[in-house]
Amino acid sequence: MNVLTCVKRVPMTGGTIVLTEDEQAIETRHLGFTISPHEECGVEEAVRLVEAHGGESVVLTLGPAEAEEQLRDCMAIGADRAIHLVTDGEEWDPQATAAAVVDAIRADGTAYALILFGNESADAGNYQVAIRVAHALGLPVVSGIKGIGVSDGQLRCERESGGGRDVYELPLPAVVSVLEGLNLPRYPSVPGRMRAKSKPVAASIPSRPESRLERKRLVVPAGQGKQAEILGQGADAAPRVVEILQQIGVL
Amino acid sequence: MTPSTRKVLVVIEHADGAPTEPSLQALTFARPLAAGEPLHALAVGLAPRGLGDHGVGTLHLAEHEAFGSYAPAAVARSVVETIQRLTPSAVIAAGSELGNEVMAHVAAMLDLPLAANCVSATGADVTRIRWGGSLLEEATVHADTVLLTVQPHTVAVETTTAEEPAGELFTPELSAADLAVRVTGRVEAATGGVSLADAKVVVSAGRGAGSAEGFGIIEELAGLLGGAVGCSRAVTMAGWRPHTDQVGQTGTKIAPEIYIASGISGATQHMAGCKGAKKILAINTDPDAPIFASADYGVIGDLREVVPAISAEIRRVKGL
Amino acid sequence: MSEFADSARAVVIGCGIVGNSLAYHLTRQGWTDVVLIDKGPLPNPGGSTGHASNFIFPVDHSKEMTQLTLESQGQYIELGVNTECGGIEVARTEERMEELRRRMASAKSWGVDSARLVTPAEIKELVPFIDESILLGGFYSPTVSVVDSLRAGTLMREAAVESGALTVFASTEVAGIDVEHGRVTRVRTSRGDIEAETVVIACGVWGPLLAAMAGARIPLVPMVHQMIDIGPVPRFEKTSKAIEYPIVRDMDVLMYERQDGIGLEVGSYAHRSIQHDPEEIPSIEAAALSPTEFPFTQTDFDPQLADALDLMPEIVGDESVGVKYSINGLISLTPDGMPILGETPEVKGLWSAAAVWVKEGPGVGKSLAEWMVHGESHIDLHSSDISRFHPHQQTRAHVRARTFEAFPKTYGIVHPSEQWASDRNLRLSPMHERQKELGAVFYEAAGWERPQWYEANEPLVARYGVAAREAEWDARWWSPIINAEHLAMREHAGLFDLSAFAIFDVNGAGALDALQRAVLAQVDVAVGRVVYTPVLGRGGGFKSDLTIMRLGDDSFRIVTGGAHGMADKKLFADLLPADGSASLVDVTTAWTTIGVWGPRARDILAAVTSDDVSNEAFPFGTCRTIEIGSQLVLASRISYVGDLGWELYVPIEQGARLWDVLWEAGRPHSLTACGIGVYGTTGRLEKCYRAYAAELESEYTVVEAGMQRPKVKEQDFVGKESHLRHREEEPAAILCTLTIDDHSSASGLARYPLGREPITLRDGTPLTDAKGRRSYVTSAGTGPSVGKYILMAYLPPEYAVEGSQELAVEYMTERFPVTVDVVGPRPIFDPENARIRS
Repeated sequence: MNVLTCVKRVPMTGGTIVLTEDEQAIETRHLGFTISPHEECGVEEAVRLVEAHGGESVVLTLGPAEAEEQLRDCMAIGADRAIHLVTDGEEWDPQATAAAVVDAIRADGTAYALILFGNESADAGNYQVAIRVAHALGLPVVSGIKGIGVSDGQLRCERESGGGRDVYELPLPAVVSVLEGLNLPRYPSVPGRMRAKSKPVAASIPSRPESRLERKRLVVPAGQGKQAEILGQGADAAPRVVEILQQIGVL
Repeated sequence: MTPSTRKVLVVIEHADGAPTEPSLQALTFARPLAAGEPLHALAVGLAPRGLGDHGVGTLHLAEHEAFGSYAPAAVARSVVETIQRLTPSAVIAAGSELGNEVMAHVAAMLDLPLAANCVSATGADVTRIRWGGSLLEEATVHADTVLLTVQPHTVAVETTTAEEPAGELFTPELSAADLAVRVTGRVEAATGGVSLADAKVVVSAGRGAGSAEGFGIIEELAGLLGGAVGCSRAVTMAGWRPHTDQVGQTGTKIAPEIYIASGISGATQHMAGCKGAKKILAINTDPDAPIFASADYGVIGDLREVVPAISAEIRRVKGL
Repeated sequence: MSEFADSARAVVIGCGIVGNSLAYHLTRQGWTDVVLIDKGPLPNPGGSTGHASNFIFPVDHSKEMTQLTLESQGQYIELGVNTECGGIEVARTEERMEELRRRMASAKSWGVDSARLVTPAEIKELVPFIDESILLGGFYSPTVSVVDSLRAGTLMREAAVESGALTVFASTEVAGIDVEHGRVTRVRTSRGDIEAETVVIACGVWGPLLAAMAGARIPLVPMVHQMIDIGPVPRFEKTSKAIEYPIVRDMDVLMYERQDGIGLEVGSYAHRSIQHDPEEIPSIEAAALSPTEFPFTQTDFDPQLADALDLMPEIVGDESVGVKYSINGLISLTPDGMPILGETPEVKGLWSAAAVWVKEGPGVGKSLAEWMVHGESHIDLHSSDISRFHPHQQTRAHVRARTFEAFPKTYGIVHPSEQWASDRNLRLSPMHERQKELGAVFYEAAGWERPQWYEANEPLVARYGVAAREAEWDARWWSPIINAEHLAMREHAGLFDLSAFAIFDVNGAGALDALQRAVLAQVDVAVGRVVYTPVLGRGGGFKSDLTIMRLGDDSFRIVTGGAHGMADKKLFADLLPADGSASLVDVTTAWTTIGVWGPRARDILAAVTSDDVSNEAFPFGTCRTIEIGSQLVLASRISYVGDLGWELYVPIEQGARLWDVLWEAGRPHSLTACGIGVYGTTGRLEKCYRAYAAELESEYTVVEAGMQRPKVKEQDFVGKESHLRHREEEPAAILCTLTIDDHSSASGLARYPLGREPITLRDGTPLTDAKGRRSYVTSAGTGPSVGKYILMAYLPPEYAVEGSQELAVEYMTERFPVTVDVVGPRPIFDPENARIRS
């Protein structure tokens, strides 16, 4: 089975987010980049499915030229090739993103049994690209998935809900958006890293439509204005802690 | 389809007729957008109770045999039909997992933009969260009907005096595609233990725990408090704890009475998961750790000393 | 946390390994009111200590660095945080093997006797997961260790706090360092001001920013060192110890691999030089990891993966072993690769403890504490002294250029005479164009371009029958022309450009007293006398050696080597009287110096001046102003090459004219332009003249160097008490001149040691004197006129026997027999000094 996983390059933020002066982006001069934890699990799942069932695992991203780094990371843990929709670095809104992904899937021509997304991107968190892509391609879609099984062309997905898991069964091909916890992604091996260098990346430059969800500016929310009341140092603080627990009524 | 400028439709999630807290928050959020006009609410299956107190004038209740089990596209189709009937200026749902999912389907079906997890809205201008709430985005939705979801726990529910809403029952026309994806089974979690999301007390640790074994003292304290054990993403990635214990943007979002976070610095990814905690007690060797700016109480010290000391003190107080 | 301090004996800024260790040692040395602050949290405030690789390879070609490292390792052992695992520097090429053989010499010279060369099979035995088939051999140091530097810092800090002499404030950011009248007065912090007359900047990559607050400069640049951690390694999961296998330094590809628990850490210096500005280091809050851990740049590391895979296919090639962690860690690099220690020349009381790595951290802490408390450290720190930098060497452009060039040489094979390629042609003597026409090969000294030899003199090689050196390494950065120029000078005369001299005028009523206090020799001499003198430290060891001309009753001119000039300047400036009765002015760039020496020097000079330059009228050791055409020239009749002649000082803009005049006048006398190869090595060594930083270091005494005078002057001077004591003691070693009896090596090539090699018994047993110091070659070079290859070395008295043939010099792991020619200062060429006095 051929599996496509869509990923997004995002910065690895620290304890505080710093914005660029024009308030249009995060200051990333000192930050590394990665993909969302959900997507890492998606890539891992795709690689496992292809290992188990054969086929090809492909990763796709819409992002700046530098996002090739993330594609290579994905290929280092086993994706076979990559599709890079190269942007000028400006973020696309979810509708435009979905449309570009759909165009790319059609242009690629591969019959994908499964198209995986992270449930939401780590940065924008729009919760909708997977579903839009599914609708455009006329495919069934499930969200928030933490368990995937494939047998006899049939997909079985599990989603956490109220202390248990709901089960969805749907035919392939399908679109699934996944959550971290689906699996424990592997670390890339050195041979994997080296193989990734020569795996193919098909790059193309899609044209960006007008944003219908138009970002005006970013704002770092004011802190909660809290300054923790320090109860003490080391073990000596224990009695005060217990008093607080009693006050709150959990003891 | 020319939308009415004051018609606002709110999609209600409920459990056996009891509206969820985030849905009630969405109603409170919606009222200013309706500029005093009664709200339209939509629910599937059972009629949610008490919506009148939240400014709902009309409840559109979709009935269909398919609603016995959750089918996101079918719910969305009901919303789409209602939108087509009402031509509202805005359609609002809770920014919950299901709310976002249903609204994404709606947006896809209508090819409309959707602003997820908003904290405020004025007409088409919204402020929504990014990075699980560590960053805000001001955006404009370019559409006659504004679709948005409301970030849970950012609006306090306010009731209003109103009539019992009028009920409008309808049966949506569901295609096979709308019903292709639905819950067909259930796996119950192994019993025992307190679920992290619902725990009244969560005790967690980060890399500072040192190892999987290092969580022994965390489990002990959680046990004494009848709480659940949490951890940071670094811990999950190290394989010390299962992902189900992870508190954070991509882990479990918790809402305990008190969150005891030990050896956790307060990275944005983690803090996005504990914004719902009523009180936070941070234990950290670093008095300048970012977490102290979000915590109510702090203890400066090594968790490996402080946590066992708290456990011992609890035992002493309880006479154990 | 205790109440904030409002004053302190000393404030140390930075809680990394250096600051912790320095604070600890300051209290141990007796200071009782020390404050240590850091802007970050404890125990890991976010600097380079927090992500250091923490391993220690004790052997370095630099004696100073090896001593600091060994001192540090001793302290780590005492603190119980030293895990000895051994380390192997492996060679993939024959050139590297040669380098490892050189390392054997350094190991023996600096007393690390456990080091040995190992075969590929032995490497395989020590490191079973290595592919030894790509290796030619290795340099194995069994005492290589991994330390816990964070823990060490914490233990030292806590011990000092425990003693009551240290107070620590974390999360305290420095906002300013106040300076009044050139002296530091207080540190302003986010938590309040601390009055202090001594402030130490020990905050690594942030050092330049802190120094700038006080108007001082710490010329370092933060650079990236990449490393990854892969695991879990199945083989390591079975080991009983956290570190069971030796660390491997894969020198030829500039990488290292080491076991770290169940992981393998792979570090690299092979990537491009990635520099940062100190201003750009993010705050603790905004940093994703720590402020000094930058995001990993995979493409820079990719090529190294293949090299790691080649060496350790079993682990690195294991598909189940993942890359778990990768960082670009910031480290401090300096233009010459050495730390930056000592009181800043700009601000009294402001000290630097910067560009120090974990391996030398505690040693630096202790040495610097000794220096601060007692005025001198037991380890000679001249190569690390912050006052060594010339102004241009403190600029950002220079630091960046040199560190950019140096980074790829981190594990490189660096020839002792290797020249920098970057940021050259900064200081050009007025004769530079003339020299270029003569095919000068320029070496750099203190930024000056100095001819080392002149290609135009190539015909002299045949004329004098100078042989080339057979081994490429020995011949690298060398030319037989040097020896030919030497012989031409001895036969006729040589013309030297000495523009790189550092020159200071000390004037005023208090000048004499200040200089008397500064130097060993009597400087209350007749006007017109030139005094050569050592400068001593408090312990009676050497701080410098230089000449002083008395130009007037209250007017003196100090002339010293360019390389060490700035340190000498601070040394004298620090001793100026507080009442302002003497001043020191750096006139280096006001004067240029041209030397003319050789049997025909007087003929040449006489041809261009009407002044009387006869031996009677212008004796050795005097100076005076003479007229040469329309130039007034200060002529000083001294010599560092052992021949008749003068140093001629003229205003720098007139230098070219003087050169031309002398050149023309010299034609009939076969005057030859001679390079520094003659001045610094061949001429000097034949005369057994000692050089600072070679023979003369603070760990050797005047008596050991054979430079004591019959009497000690009455006036007090720095180091006098120690010097008087040394004169009463038997010297533990005596500086001797040795010559090599036989240069032939096993390969058949004649070999020529280049310096710093161990002097041993013929069976290879090293010589150690009563003070524990090894005998090693302090200087090496040809004596063309005596037909011998000359070595200088301090020998224990029992071996300091003229004519003795029981010793050898060990070079490239082979021993070459030597004869002890001279014990003490007697020149090997012209022992009666007839030439210079003729």
